[in-house]
Amino acid sequence: MRILNASGCLDALAAPEVARQLDAFVTKTVTPLPREGNAPPRIAETAHGMLNAIGLANPGRERFLAEHLPRLRELGLPLWVSVGGFCADDYAETCTHLEGIEAIELNLSCPNVDEAADSAAEIVAACRRTTELPLFAKLSAAHPDVAEVARAVAAAGADGLSLINTLRAVALDRLLRPALARGSGGLSGPALKPVALHAVSVCHEATGLPIVGMGGIETGRDALEFAVCGARDIALGTVLFSDPGAPTRVREELEAAATEAGVVIVDDGKGLAKSPETQRKVPA
Amino acid sequence: MQSSASPSRHRVAAVERVGPYTLLRLERGDLEPGVPGQFFMLEAPGRLLPRPFSLCLAPPGELAFLVDPVGPGTEALCRLRPADEIGVLGPLGHGYRLDVERPLLVGGGIGIAPLPYLAEQLGGSPPVVLGFRSAEHAEAAALLPGAEIVVDPVLVTEVIGPGFDVLACGPEPMLHAVAALCPTAQLAWEAPMACGYGACYGCVVEIDGALKRLCLEGPVLDGHGRYQVPAVSRRVVSA
Repeated sequence: MRILNASGCLDALAAPEVARQLDAFVTKTVTPLPREGNAPPRIAETAHGMLNAIGLANPGRERFLAEHLPRLRELGLPLWVSVGGFCADDYAETCTHLEGIEAIELNLSCPNVDEAADSAAEIVAACRRTTELPLFAKLSAAHPDVAEVARAVAAAGADGLSLINTLRAVALDRLLRPALARGSGGLSGPALKPVALHAVSVCHEATGLPIVGMGGIETGRDALEFAVCGARDIALGTVLFSDPGAPTRVREELEAAATEAGVVIVDDGKGLAKSPETQRKVPA
Repeated sequence: MQSSASPSRHRVAAVERVGPYTLLRLERGDLEPGVPGQFFMLEAPGRLLPRPFSLCLAPPGELAFLVDPVGPGTEALCRLRPADEIGVLGPLGHGYRLDVERPLLVGGGIGIAPLPYLAEQLGGSPPVVLGFRSAEHAEAAALLPGAEIVVDPVLVTEVIGPGFDVLACGPEPMLHAVAALCPTAQLAWEAPMACGYGACYGCVVEIDGALKRLCLEGPVLDGHGRYQVPAVSRRVVSA
């Protein structure tokens, strides 16, 4: 089980000593044109979670490829580039420019932009025609049937799934105003974990694709739960904000948690942890 | 960012009331105090996210932070007792430049927090002007003996004389007023922050016409009119 960062939760150039703890670094989502992102305030703490409405702030494809990607390569880490856009052609065009990276994550589920994207399967299919790199589809658990979306992107050529993105949510401040300037934002942190475990479980069952599980992972025990539900790898997001040493800590804790639970994490490309207790099917 | 990626654990040495504020003294351990105006992320017990604080005092073996209980995180910090332990990350960001010829320290409310350490590092007992909204808040001026104190409705900008190198920290309207009066002032700004080291992109402010992360660019920004902190940026972080 490898440990990645959730896209948008770490700037590897600003904090290389945090990125180097990871098995692979996932970039912030790159869109065709530069985006300044949303006005502040962009973050708010909630019960067992936080909201963000960054709004896909990024330098745009051209500057990312010319300036950021070469500097990221100098870190010597396997790189995943998160690709975003507002129609299938946006995503596909960016994919044609990417090479020499480990994988592409297609951000099909940002809750903080207004523009409607084409369907997840259409975007995956368009990207599949332009690149041989592994394509991981990052899905939202807000869909009534995330397993159905997973099956659709699998049929369209996705090589794996990243589960899950934040969930659209609202928080009010003490004066009962929206805490974020945008109004709504994406909920992340421990509050998300049960939702994410469910999505990982049903999508694993539905597709058998490799899954990067994420959503509220704070400890090795959390990571183990994702493995048991079918995640091959995991990603850390919100926990990085309070503990930049989390990748190293979670890796150590994961080994101890697996030993304590009598679980062997089988690296068979599908990621299901095996033990007498975990053989039972996780309810969908 | 510091070389050690993880926050280190620090015991509370003492907790003192200073007017409506709390001075939280932590055992320093291996942490460097950094440059005045730099900040530390303090674990807020029971909360998901740490909170940013500039260093107030750096007596031997301690790091002290001035906390205004304005929300659940700061309230939890004010409830700490000696021998409790919290995680601390820092020093982070950019502090004040100390190579000034005629320093004048200007603080407003909880914004006086970085000034005691700043005064100590500048040396020579620099003049200090402090503004508070009430007499109770003004009790915090005890942290800066000899300071000139004004209380609402008198504003600090009414008592700043000409020819000083102003180093200021305070609420946004005060900082904007100080910047208008002293264009080259060094000003310490504040914004909601989840991480303090450039990861969350939450603390952006408008600098040179673009939204930039205050934790990396600041929190102390120098003058010359290159920054414009949006008026909405100082909303309460905790909902």
